[in-house]
Amino acid sequence: MSKRKKKRLLIRVSILSVLIAAVVYTLYSTLTDDERMLVKAGDAAPDFELTDLNGETHRLSDYKGQGVFLNFWGTWCKPCEKEMPYMENQYQEYKDEGVQILAVNVGESEFQVANFANEYNLSFPVVRDAQKDVMYAYSIGPLPTTLLVNPEGEVVKVIKGEMTEEMVADYMEMIKP
Amino acid sequence: MNEITCKCGHVNPEGTELCLSCGRALSESAENRKTADVMRYEGMARRSQTYNLSIIDKIWNFFSSVKVGVWLIVITLIASSLGTIFPQALFIPNGTENVYYEERYGIAGKIYYVLGFHDLYSSWWYLLLIGAIGTSIIIASLDRVIPLYKALKHQRINRHESFMKRQRVFSSYSIESPEKSIAQIKERLLKKRYRIREEEGHLLAEKGRFARWGPYINHIGLIIFLIGGMLRFVPGMYVDENMWIREGETMAIPGTGQEYFLKSDGFTVETYQQGEDSEVFNNTIEREGAIAKNYQTDAHLFKREEGSIAGQQGELVEIQQGAIQVNQPFKFDQFALYQVDFRQDEYSSMSFNLTEKASEESVGSFTIQFDNPEKVYELDNGYSVELTEYYPDFSGFEDGEPQSVSPIPNNPAFLVRLFSPENPDGEVAFIGIQRNLEPLGENDYALEFAGVETRDVSGLTVRKDLTLWILGLGGAVFMIGVVQGAYWNHRRLWLKKTADGRLLAAGHTNKNWFGFRKDLEYAFETTGLDKPKDHQEENLNKKESADAKEENNRDSTS
Repeated sequence: MSKRKKKRLLIRVSILSVLIAAVVYTLYSTLTDDERMLVKAGDAAPDFELTDLNGETHRLSDYKGQGVFLNFWGTWCKPCEKEMPYMENQYQEYKDEGVQILAVNVGESEFQVANFANEYNLSFPVVRDAQKDVMYAYSIGPLPTTLLVNPEGEVVKVIKGEMTEEMVADYMEMIKP
Repeated sequence: MNEITCKCGHVNPEGTELCLSCGRALSESAENRKTADVMRYEGMARRSQTYNLSIIDKIWNFFSSVKVGVWLIVITLIASSLGTIFPQALFIPNGTENVYYEERYGIAGKIYYVLGFHDLYSSWWYLLLIGAIGTSIIIASLDRVIPLYKALKHQRINRHESFMKRQRVFSSYSIESPEKSIAQIKERLLKKRYRIREEEGHLLAEKGRFARWGPYINHIGLIIFLIGGMLRFVPGMYVDENMWIREGETMAIPGTGQEYFLKSDGFTVETYQQGEDSEVFNNTIEREGAIAKNYQTDAHLFKREEGSIAGQQGELVEIQQGAIQVNQPFKFDQFALYQVDFRQDEYSSMSFNLTEKASEESVGSFTIQFDNPEKVYELDNGYSVELTEYYPDFSGFEDGEPQSVSPIPNNPAFLVRLFSPENPDGEVAFIGIQRNLEPLGENDYALEFAGVETRDVSGLTVRKDLTLWILGLGGAVFMIGVVQGAYWNHRRLWLKKTADGRLLAAGHTNKNWFGFRKDLEYAFETTGLDKPKDHQEENLNKKESADAKEENNRDSTS
């Protein structure tokens, strides 16, 4: 009798655990749906290759060994406009310490991007993602979005929205090799 | 566990209602309850009800209860209907959920939002309810189908008289030769394709036992359906994305892992035309005006060469071309592109004449392409126009600076410098739609609007669903279960020759007593005996209820 009871308990425990696992998985997937698909801290940064305003191509993996401050932006986006000068200032501080900025414009014309870069005297590479495939690769939502990529090519942090100059400086410090 | 020893000597597990061997009622409750209720699970012990030991058993027993299952379904139904009071998050402007409900519906809206009714199918508590229903279906079914299967598989032929007397259909006959009648009935039942088993002169005729599995097959279908729903959350199984694409543009298709690209050749809207289309449309066209006939995007599909990375250009291979129409998706790989939306007549370029104001004569013209404006437009004879700034969606000035609120050319405006032989340093002008400002003083030359070109934008949905066939399978199994349980009945007739030489006949069916009585009538026809009496029908007749239903409601639920 007790053998049967043991068997029954075992069957019940296993059926219940399978059911609980299924419910927990579904709950977890639903509640994290928005973020799950995004590239997030700890992920390897998807590689990409884009052309800057001088016609030079920049491939993310070429910057291994350096920290990459990856900023997605648009000329019409006010917060992007505001943080650009901060990035330029801090770039001057950190570029010799091995931090590279790649500013990825999403879907705008070369004229607008070049105009913007000239207006703010941006010295870091500004690349254009005309077909938005790098944006999809990183599942970028609203602009601006900034990703910090460490020298090993791993995403350290994703920042949605505007940054202050102190934040830009702190973040560059984080990914300094 | 306490076992129950029946008068016949058979030892039954605790909780058994009818002796597994002879069919005697073993408890007072079984004695007093209606026979149809006791017979639903053949009087077997529903195991979980009989003890309550560990926490696991308690959880198991909770979900095993049909009462609990019904309540879970009722609560889910109420929650689902509450979710229709205000619009779901899907149908309100994206990202405004946190303020939308309170602003529009006040405190009720706030409660609605806080409790997660605004996105019901993603609410944790709603998913928990669905999970609990799934658990209840599985456990309640297991707890019933296994004892039921055992009971029916090991059915005894010889049943005790008390068991037979309790059946709804029962008669006792005092006749000379019960054996002869049994043989006659057997012959007739075989013609009705009953399966017959005999033992020491007793007989059990049975038909349609598989109808009893209908509810459980039905539940298996539900479980498959739930599994299909769950698989949507597994990466790669389900994609539902949107994209906008302008005529002539090539864009990455979201959700395809940047593997596929789409180029739009253009978007078309067609309406029904009087004279061209069938006459049946004429009345409606006169009454309503234009009626849409077709929304279509013509597109080319490209695949990126293997091994390329995001952003790399010039390595796209065209693999397919076709039209995307409403309800006629463009299919490739496991994806389908649906035509769902459009914007017509978005500005794509504007043309201008450079005109000398005094003579009103044009000295040259040029066109600005909005997706690729040029820095300088050279005109003949030393004239040129330099584009200083382009504002695609001009919204006004802020601190003297022109502003653009989006990258879409809804209201294009330009800051330009006009060069002419007379003004080698250029004259500054700000031009837009119905707007022509000369911020640095009167100019000699002006830009005159010469024309505009537009293009359409297609709104497409990218869909991939590898779970559809699982949902279809679940639905099919569900229906098979329904049909199996609804259109077949489990009919049984017991015949017993008693020690004192009487013939006892008892019958049971899980539904459709009318059909069962017809079978009995046919079976007893050649014996010269009356068919066994349906006592319930008899009672109804006694009450002279003229509209006595052929079927008792309870009959159809087992």
